[in-house]
Amino acid sequence: MIEVRNLFKEFEGNLVLNDISATFHKGIVNMIIGKSGSGKTVFLKCMVGLIRPTSGEILYEGRNLLTMKTKEVKRLRREMGMLFQGSALFDSKTVLENVMFPLDMFSRMNKKERQKRAEFCLEKVNMLHAAHLYPSEISGGMMKRTAIARAIALNPKYLFCDEPNSGLDPQTSQLIDELLLNIAKEFGITLVIVTHDMNSVMNIGEHIVFLNEGVKEWEGPKEQLKDSDNEAVKKFIFASDVFKKINEAEKIGVEGKKEGTNDCSSKK
Amino acid sequence: MSLSGLLESIGEYALLMKQVLTPPDRAREFFKEFLKELYKLGVTSIWLVVLISFFIGAVIVVQLALNLNYPFLPSYTVGVVSREIILLEFSSTIMCLILSGKVGSNIASEIGTMRITEQIDALEVMGVNSANYLILPKIMAFIVFIPVLVVFSIFVGLMGGYLMCALTGNPPVATYIYGLRAFFREFFIWYSIAKSMIFGFIISSVSAYFGYTVQGGALDVGKASTDSVVINSVLILMADLVFTQLVMG
Repeated sequence: MIEVRNLFKEFEGNLVLNDISATFHKGIVNMIIGKSGSGKTVFLKCMVGLIRPTSGEILYEGRNLLTMKTKEVKRLRREMGMLFQGSALFDSKTVLENVMFPLDMFSRMNKKERQKRAEFCLEKVNMLHAAHLYPSEISGGMMKRTAIARAIALNPKYLFCDEPNSGLDPQTSQLIDELLLNIAKEFGITLVIVTHDMNSVMNIGEHIVFLNEGVKEWEGPKEQLKDSDNEAVKKFIFASDVFKKINEAEKIGVEGKKEGTNDCSSKK
Repeated sequence: MSLSGLLESIGEYALLMKQVLTPPDRAREFFKEFLKELYKLGVTSIWLVVLISFFIGAVIVVQLALNLNYPFLPSYTVGVVSREIILLEFSSTIMCLILSGKVGSNIASEIGTMRITEQIDALEVMGVNSANYLILPKIMAFIVFIPVLVVFSIFVGLMGGYLMCALTGNPPVATYIYGLRAFFREFFIWYSIAKSMIFGFIISSVSAYFGYTVQGGALDVGKASTDSVVINSVLILMADLVFTQLVMG
């Protein structure tokens, strides 16, 4: 479990994260949602230690990331995997070398074992056929899949994803979502995904944290999201086609029921 | 740049070097990267060094032969002076100024691109000391290979002069070779190599600093690359003056 308590982040007098507290549960798909510029990525980068917050606590199973010694942070980071918005694959390495990289740096396996593990991870994301290609030779969706394989190579406890669907077509987006969900469930990984894609939220989201202008406006299970009475949440989720359709379908259903009951009552 | 900005940059550079100059996380990975950089920064620079040194060596001999044509100067002066110019300044300082354009911009743009495409962040999240992993092999490879480039440059530069003598006969080849051998001090070669190694450190580390601290997009990478070449050139000239005064003065 990851707990964030009273997190503040200020950039040159501009408050980007304002007193955020949230809990990310073990083994489920946690999602941080909100419109562009709401501070989602900064929040995620604070959580993994890429940006140092102005104040607050980030607790990994009770261990505070911000007060850890460098060696402890290094050890914790080996329990983390991260999928970046632009995939962040190393241009000079092939797909296989990219996935082998964390193993080369941190595992005690011999070369054959490392290669076997990398190939296993590539197979999980259906990328083994492109193992010898360079990132510049593969598509955006393939890059994301390779980045997922690299992120899970060291069997992480936590997997952080920064907008995994950005720049992908709806079909590939769905594929990436399903892949992330399957991997999280199969390996018991705590998944934290930053997104503004409501399709993704509805497909795989379980626990949702909603940010608006650096403030946490709402947190809870996905099922309760559309019943929220928070204005910012309503505005955000009903701007998406998915929710519009759900809303319309529900209205039709309610009206149909009403008409049905009216008919019955008139018959009576 | 304001004085406080300059001091801040110097402080940032020092902190970056503290991160860089530590033992690598994995010696095997360091060695792999070191060999790659040796080829990329060193071996691929040989053609540039050879080309420039050959023509400059030839031009130095032509200029000296035409302008040192005085009855009271012995004709082998051309050989002596061209050797000293090539050995003491051209093959180390001028060649490093030229290499700062090729190697410096290469390092700054490569690391800068890695920064803006979040590849450095990816390394950090994995728990890798990104500065050490990316920069140390470059610095070590360039420092190790630059003496080779200097020796190449000296040899090819003198050969350029030789060819001009053979083609024009001014001065005759035998006189030129006599001049190259006259009053020779071996120490000058070591001085030149030591100087180039200092310049090698400046070029690789300063360029890496500019690349590593890039913020923004592609335009900023281009700017960092240009800035690194400008600052490298200034630092090389300043270091040349200080080193020469300390060692030869």
